[in-house]
Amino acid sequence: MSKTYHLTTPLSDEIVSELQSGDIVYLSGTIYTARDAAHKRLVDLLDAGEDLPFDIKGAVIYFVGPTPPKPGDPIGSAGPTTSYRMDSYSPRLIAEGLKGMIGKGKRNKDVTDACEEYKAVYFGATGGAGALLGKQIKSAEVIAYEELGPEAVRKLEVVDFPVTVVNDTHGEDLYKIGRAKYEIK
Amino acid sequence: MREIAYEEIVKNVRDIIVYSASNLPEDALQAMKDAYENEKSPVSKEVLKQLLENADIASSEARPLCQDTGLAVFFVKIGADVKVVGGLLKDAINEGTEKGYVEGYLRASTCHPFTRANNKDTVGYNLPAIIHLDIVEGDKIDIEYAAKGGGSENVSRARVFPPAAGKQGVIDYVRECISDAGPNPCPPLTVGVGIGGTFEKAVISSKHALFRDIGSVNEDPDMAEMEETIKLELNKLGIGTMGMGGTETVLAVHIEANPCHIASLPVSVNVQCHSSRHTHITI
Repeated sequence: MSKTYHLTTPLSDEIVSELQSGDIVYLSGTIYTARDAAHKRLVDLLDAGEDLPFDIKGAVIYFVGPTPPKPGDPIGSAGPTTSYRMDSYSPRLIAEGLKGMIGKGKRNKDVTDACEEYKAVYFGATGGAGALLGKQIKSAEVIAYEELGPEAVRKLEVVDFPVTVVNDTHGEDLYKIGRAKYEIK
Repeated sequence: MREIAYEEIVKNVRDIIVYSASNLPEDALQAMKDAYENEKSPVSKEVLKQLLENADIASSEARPLCQDTGLAVFFVKIGADVKVVGGLLKDAINEGTEKGYVEGYLRASTCHPFTRANNKDTVGYNLPAIIHLDIVEGDKIDIEYAAKGGGSENVSRARVFPPAAGKQGVIDYVRECISDAGPNPCPPLTVGVGIGGTFEKAVISSKHALFRDIGSVNEDPDMAEMEETIKLELNKLGIGTMGMGGTETVLAVHIEANPCHIASLPVSVNVQCHSSRHTHITI
């Protein structure tokens, strides 16, 4: 039976290890956005031995490229993008202390292995629910790579941002578990 | 000869882009409500509920349904008795597209294929639009529009089979495509299947098939039957809403079939996410 958690970032090894595939989590606090282009730059920085534009220890990265905000709003619609495009970069960031990723869709074995080894989780948010999810974001500030437009790195403050644990630290995968229950061979 | 002003086309295109971003068309909304009623998995049902709430918020607060506001895709039929005054039809569609995306606060999602530099600073905001043009009888311009997101486009595929592959070969190919895609294209899906023609004709047909209203019946009874057969097969995959597991993976399968070369059986599968933002106007 899945549990429901209300968690505030940064996330600790202890809490991350407690989470199981299928658990529902309402996240609050600071999270950071990054998509393909930003991930490449973050990993390039690590390769060059330089500091990242934010503290990666305990951090949660949201794979999202929001729509522009309307006047008076902190952000536009902001649902998850498909995560596999970040698969080649995520393990490196997990090894540096990243504790959570929010996206949609499958991750590869390198990512799920890194989640087990370094204690990190992959959360799924509902793809295509951009209007609803955008409302849980209370502030947004571009902190790096402004020239990337929707792909810039943003620091977000979120309140009760709804996600589900897809890949936990124990090697379980919600997509496999869920599909197996309903697949007719 | 009927004259239609360039600016009128620009305004119409701008308006359908802004409207479609926040308002799921009636056919897609009904299909999602039906999926919610029929879904057996409590987890997928919960996610469907969230998506219906999202559609409510988007519509009532004029917010984009999804942050991926797509590339603008048009199928345009211009009557032979129409003269566009004040500019070219294609330019009017592109200008309306840019206006719609800028004024609607929609995302600039078009970029160079390799440098990935965003086109907003060079070519234009979310330009160029993808435009398929045809000339028909009459004095009207018929515009079918869809905002096509990247996640579902990324799992689409095409292949030219030998004729011996037959119907079963096509069914197996579509099943393999949707099975491999799993949660990635944001199910429940509409699946466009282009069959026959040449390689590119099959691909364009599979795209156009997605513009048909969900719930409409194929005019060709054989294809209507094949659509139902494939839909049943795909819903056995158990993928469910957003891949959480469930009985409702596919909202509809739409086939467009064409005559083809005696040596070939081209097949294309174009996938549409649950946020099927499409519309149709006549000027």
